[in-house]
Amino acid sequence: MNNILFKQQLSQDVFLMRIHAPLIAEERQAGQFIILQTDDDYGERIPLTIADADTVEGSITIIFQVVGKTTKHLATFNVGDELPALLGPLGKPTHIENFGRAVCVCGGIGVAPMHPIAQALKKAGNHVTIIIGARTKELVILEEQMRVIADELIICTDDGSAGIKALVTAPLKELCERETKPDIVIAIGPPVMMKFCSETTRPYNVFTQVSLNTIMVDGTGMCGGCRVNVGKEVKFVCVDGPEFDGHLVDFDNMMARLSAYKDIERTHYKCFVEKAYNNSLKEEAL
Amino acid sequence: MSYRTAKELQEEAESLLNEYSARAATLKVKERQKIPSQDMPVQDPELRSHNMEEVALGYSFEQAQVEAYRCLQCAKKNCMEGCPVKIDIPRFIDHIAKGEIEQAIAVVKQTTLLPAVCGRVCPQEKQCQLHCTLGKSLKDIDSSVAIGRLERFVADWERINDKIVIPSVKPATGKKVAVVGSGPAGLVVAADCRREGHHVTIFEAFHKLGGVLRYGIPEFRLPNDIIDKEIETLAAMGVEIKANFVVGRTRKLTDLIDKDGYDAVFIGTGAGLPVFMGIEGENLIGVFAANEYLTRINLMKAFDRKADTPIYPSKNVAVLGGGNVAMDAARMAKRLGAEKVFVVYRRGEAEMPARKEEVLHAREEGVEFLLLKNAKKILGDESGRVNGIECVQYELGEPDASGRRSPVQIPGSEFILDVDTVIVAVGNGSNPLISQTTPQLAVNKRGNITVDETQQTSMKRIFAGGDIVLGAATVILAMGEGRRSAASINAMLAEEV
Repeated sequence: MNNILFKQQLSQDVFLMRIHAPLIAEERQAGQFIILQTDDDYGERIPLTIADADTVEGSITIIFQVVGKTTKHLATFNVGDELPALLGPLGKPTHIENFGRAVCVCGGIGVAPMHPIAQALKKAGNHVTIIIGARTKELVILEEQMRVIADELIICTDDGSAGIKALVTAPLKELCERETKPDIVIAIGPPVMMKFCSETTRPYNVFTQVSLNTIMVDGTGMCGGCRVNVGKEVKFVCVDGPEFDGHLVDFDNMMARLSAYKDIERTHYKCFVEKAYNNSLKEEAL
Repeated sequence: MSYRTAKELQEEAESLLNEYSARAATLKVKERQKIPSQDMPVQDPELRSHNMEEVALGYSFEQAQVEAYRCLQCAKKNCMEGCPVKIDIPRFIDHIAKGEIEQAIAVVKQTTLLPAVCGRVCPQEKQCQLHCTLGKSLKDIDSSVAIGRLERFVADWERINDKIVIPSVKPATGKKVAVVGSGPAGLVVAADCRREGHHVTIFEAFHKLGGVLRYGIPEFRLPNDIIDKEIETLAAMGVEIKANFVVGRTRKLTDLIDKDGYDAVFIGTGAGLPVFMGIEGENLIGVFAANEYLTRINLMKAFDRKADTPIYPSKNVAVLGGGNVAMDAARMAKRLGAEKVFVVYRRGEAEMPARKEEVLHAREEGVEFLLLKNAKKILGDESGRVNGIECVQYELGEPDASGRRSPVQIPGSEFILDVDTVIVAVGNGSNPLISQTTPQLAVNKRGNITVDETQQTSMKRIFAGGDIVLGAATVILAMGEGRRSAASINAMLAEEV
């Protein structure tokens, strides 16, 4: 049973949970994700990357940001609660080898999926530089965990409240201009950030790998909803990915497709929040 | 054929029953030939195109009996040859004619555990009913004995009257069988292996069982509670069920044998990978694979206001393809409130792979058929949303390798169809997950798992069947493969005792 073993609020909208899932913990590798539902009758299926796993405890760690109805609902789950449906690990694991110099660029919540990848890269003997970008100081997560791994850690915030006041592409460009330019860049974060990271490295011809998070239903290669244009081919993120060559991904199309259900999703979210609010009012009245 | 209400059909059946019942056993062939084929009562088209309820209502007892009188009880049972699971058709129909429904269903269930499903979704006109002597003597396949409807009738009778008999299970053998995928092939293997006393576990990636029966076939054609009932029967037989478990990822296929001690594995993962047409604009917003469209609705209940899973709001929908899946998607779009729904198919109606009955039902519900036309390019607006398709007209040329007259494009016949949603239903490829994670497993060029005549794969103890072997086929063919696989597994395990 997929019980929640531990829950921590990392910032206003960001939560960490450890979930009992011994089989997934045993099999998962860096780069893989799970699909979960908060209700197995009326819920939707959402993909979330696995941030960490503990085979002794038999748990996986997810870190998620509240962006819609299901993540909002998930945030209301507490220790001891059971997740009605959890499937994984899905997707191809990250290809890890000793590339030499590796740069990990993480935007916002992207630090979570990057954590096991950075760990694996370090273990494989790479020199690892980690760039963490966030809107503001309180949204910088897992800083300490990443500092332990990184040979070099750069923090960027939009408002300068932590680290340097810059977008992640600024230090990335600088690293590309060094004599010892990166052998690989891995970028995980919002699509627009991954797009601009790929554009930043393109002129320097540095291989840039991105991890895509598209709309998915089943996550096992059946629905085709997660398709993206990569080079001249159409790929399914769930079985061909989630990682692809950022220089080949058609980010504009991907971002457009992510907005397909925007209006409906907004309504669902609003209804859910209002209902929760009304219920709490009722409880107070009692 | 015009729409007739259930009441009209019932009155007709009652009067026919009055006429024939006294001498039912002694009717001559000529007399049987004269009894009109009993139409299936269906919901009013106007009503049903706005609800999710089952379209076909099922025969009444009287209708079933009259239809059973039509059966000639041929000495040579041609109909059975067309049935992939070899139901003793004349025998179960004879029981219906005598009013012995309990005996009739018992005969059916000797060979199939899913009669309520098969009676609804099998392409009977291409299987049992194709070989029916009555249909042949009347030179009209639509005049064959309605075997499928009778099968459905007895299965429904059993379920509605709470008469489902849980099949007996032999004493435990201590052997373990893993069934990967809970679609029609997997369900058959689970039942057949469990009956022999083996411990059986079904692994399903989704949170609910049934595979394509659940996510692919809409409730208006196959209600979910019928699938639930079949699964309940399996559980009552002692089959272990593990949902949310994707073999290949949650556990490697080989680990099921090496670490978990399964003595045999059956792979029935189906043909899940959607095929696209490879035309411009297929990744615009508003273009869906039929799988995604139907899964959101059938499995995730996106039609229900309570559901979180969103569905794309559509006004004018084009469905590309001419198979049963295309019909399901088109009729579903109508039910979700689309004003116009077009089926765009590049050949003619005669060449359409969909069942005739489904095409008829779609037409009755207001789906428009654009035959001998094909999409050339999907057009979008500045925000990347579909706002039309460029189609081109075809004519039929010489027969191609499939024996069907091949469509030939008419140059300069392009026109634009004004739609905001496109559903691609041109077929499925094999699901790549197992072969991707089990490189030693032999597959063919199309990714289908190759098996020998016993359904065994290139790997010891591992069998496969259904669409993952056949490519996208039918429920009943998958069940036939499941039956054969189970027999091979049972034989292999019996030798090892």
